[in-house]
Amino acid sequence: MSVDVGAPAPSSGSGGAPRSDRRSGSGRTLQRAEARAGLALISPTVVIVVVMVVLPILWTVLLAFQRLRLLNLRSSGLFGNFTLANFEKVFGSSAFWGNLATTLAYSVFGTAAAIGVGLVAALALRRRFRFRGLVRAAMLLPYVAPIVAVTYAWKTMLSPQFGVANHWGTRLLGWDEPIAFLSQRSSEVSVFGWHVGVPTALLTVIAFEAWRSFPFAFLFLTARLQAVPSTLEEAARVDGATLTQRFRYIVLPQLLPTIAVLSVLRFIWTFNSFDDIWLLTGGGAGTEVISVSVFNSLTARGDIGGAAAQALVLAAILAVLIGLYLWRLAPREEQS
Amino acid sequence: MAGTEVGVAPPAATPPKPPPAPRRFSRDELENRLFAVLRVVVIVGLLIVTLFPFYYMGLLSLRPLDRVLQDPGALWVGPSEWDLGSYLTVLTPGGAGGQGFLQFMANSAIVAFGTVVLTLLIALPGAYAVSRLRFFGRRQVSVLFLAVYLFPSILLAVPLFVFFTRIGLRGSLAGLLIVYVSQIVAVSIYMLRNYFDTVPVSLEEAAAIDGCSRLGVMRRISLPLAMPAIIANALFVFMIAWNEFLFALLFLVEDRDRWTVSLGLSQLAGGIEIPTTVLMAGSVIVTIPIIVVFFASERLLTEGLTAGAEKG
Repeated sequence: MSVDVGAPAPSSGSGGAPRSDRRSGSGRTLQRAEARAGLALISPTVVIVVVMVVLPILWTVLLAFQRLRLLNLRSSGLFGNFTLANFEKVFGSSAFWGNLATTLAYSVFGTAAAIGVGLVAALALRRRFRFRGLVRAAMLLPYVAPIVAVTYAWKTMLSPQFGVANHWGTRLLGWDEPIAFLSQRSSEVSVFGWHVGVPTALLTVIAFEAWRSFPFAFLFLTARLQAVPSTLEEAARVDGATLTQRFRYIVLPQLLPTIAVLSVLRFIWTFNSFDDIWLLTGGGAGTEVISVSVFNSLTARGDIGGAAAQALVLAAILAVLIGLYLWRLAPREEQS
Repeated sequence: MAGTEVGVAPPAATPPKPPPAPRRFSRDELENRLFAVLRVVVIVGLLIVTLFPFYYMGLLSLRPLDRVLQDPGALWVGPSEWDLGSYLTVLTPGGAGGQGFLQFMANSAIVAFGTVVLTLLIALPGAYAVSRLRFFGRRQVSVLFLAVYLFPSILLAVPLFVFFTRIGLRGSLAGLLIVYVSQIVAVSIYMLRNYFDTVPVSLEEAAAIDGCSRLGVMRRISLPLAMPAIIANALFVFMIAWNEFLFALLFLVEDRDRWTVSLGLSQLAGGIEIPTTVLMAGSVIVTIPIIVVFFASERLLTEGLTAGAEKG
């Protein structure tokens, strides 16, 4: 792995380096001209990002400390009476902690499942065969298809009335009655006489998340696999290592850094995701993640302050988790 | 790496004379056989799981509703049973008894193409600058863009919703378009910069020595060389804008004439009065442009997205 880590950071410029040595007058003018051109070219981006992203985020902080409702929006100014009431309400409500637990479970298991399936897919498609290109492209479809269309297809497939899953489940798999995958909070499953409560709807949205985003992991792991030198594996085979041993000791260690990066990215995106759960369950049946709850506060209840406070807490938790990751794990990665 | 596992010869054949020793699988052979089978099973299984929802979507859109209710488990219907009525209903304008998806598609197309054009206009110079030019704050700008990408979009939804409500732009496609551009431009710059980094600087320097101005170098050398990446990027932006749901829901939900196709589908699916088959036809219509764009650009896109991924 040590080979790859030392790649130059992409931002530390290509081709600019020699110019900095020039100390002559004309060099400095050139440098200045370059700096001016650079600033001019980047400024539209900076302007739109600052105006449409950075300022709104800062404004959210202000909003979170105000008692603001959609109804009295027109009459209130930018700086109202600041209060901690929104945060007290957020932290004081049991619903918030429940939603946080749901969000964490959804992101952790969704991320793990997506990367697991992606890894299996990447390994299975590693060797060349006819139509491999086509199969690869097909496997990327869940990730690029419009979220509204695929959630609707899933909802119909899983529908207890005329869904294909329940139709065949009751006939072939011996289900006693149709399962309401998306609207049932929990169901009892008996395993060897033990009755275990299973959060049906939450598991279903996690399965959807795995289906939806495994292609992302698959894509990146495939790219990484292509860069694994075959000589190491051949040497190991000559030494008598079997297929699983070669995977465990040769291939997997080379994939781990990619898996780590993928885990972080997928975790962040799943943690923040709104569309999937909103479209599948509307946040019902024990699947209300924080982003859905923010949306409901904002539109259904018109509680701007409460929505802003929840969104801020969501972002803060995410920042803490990423910070923990960078602090605990990133240094180790550099050495490996 | 392809074919590494194929050529494993079985252990040396037993000599002909003595009775053949009980043939025992070595661990290596066992694993090779096991995984050869598993591999096929996994590929077929994954293909089914991946494609079935799309197949089911198309299937239901072609069957009349009463047939679906009678026999919900049918996995195949012959062309003689196909019925294009759902597509007609979904495309007919709302005034004429249909669902007016043509209008929704037009809205989506306006927003998506507008986002592509505006994003490229802003991101191309930006990506060039970040890749080529040394200016004060270049690193900070990259960090800023990365941070934008990682923030929860729901956090942004709150202030933007309030702001656009306040200035009365909520419900306009233009407002939505600006929001999209601001969200996508950072990713776009990231992808384009990766490509500009691979264009040799010496080409640009040669042009500069020949008397080309900075803009001339960009226009005559860098842009033509980066064309594949630019096209891939444009298609990528198109797909994001076409698929986007949250901000469309927040901004446009009150005015049916302005619904994008994603929003329209989700809103109609929320009600109960529209038959499932009609909405499935709607789903197919939303999905087809994406599939076309995706297969047209798959190679370009995957290379653009994973550029640098093999560095770990």
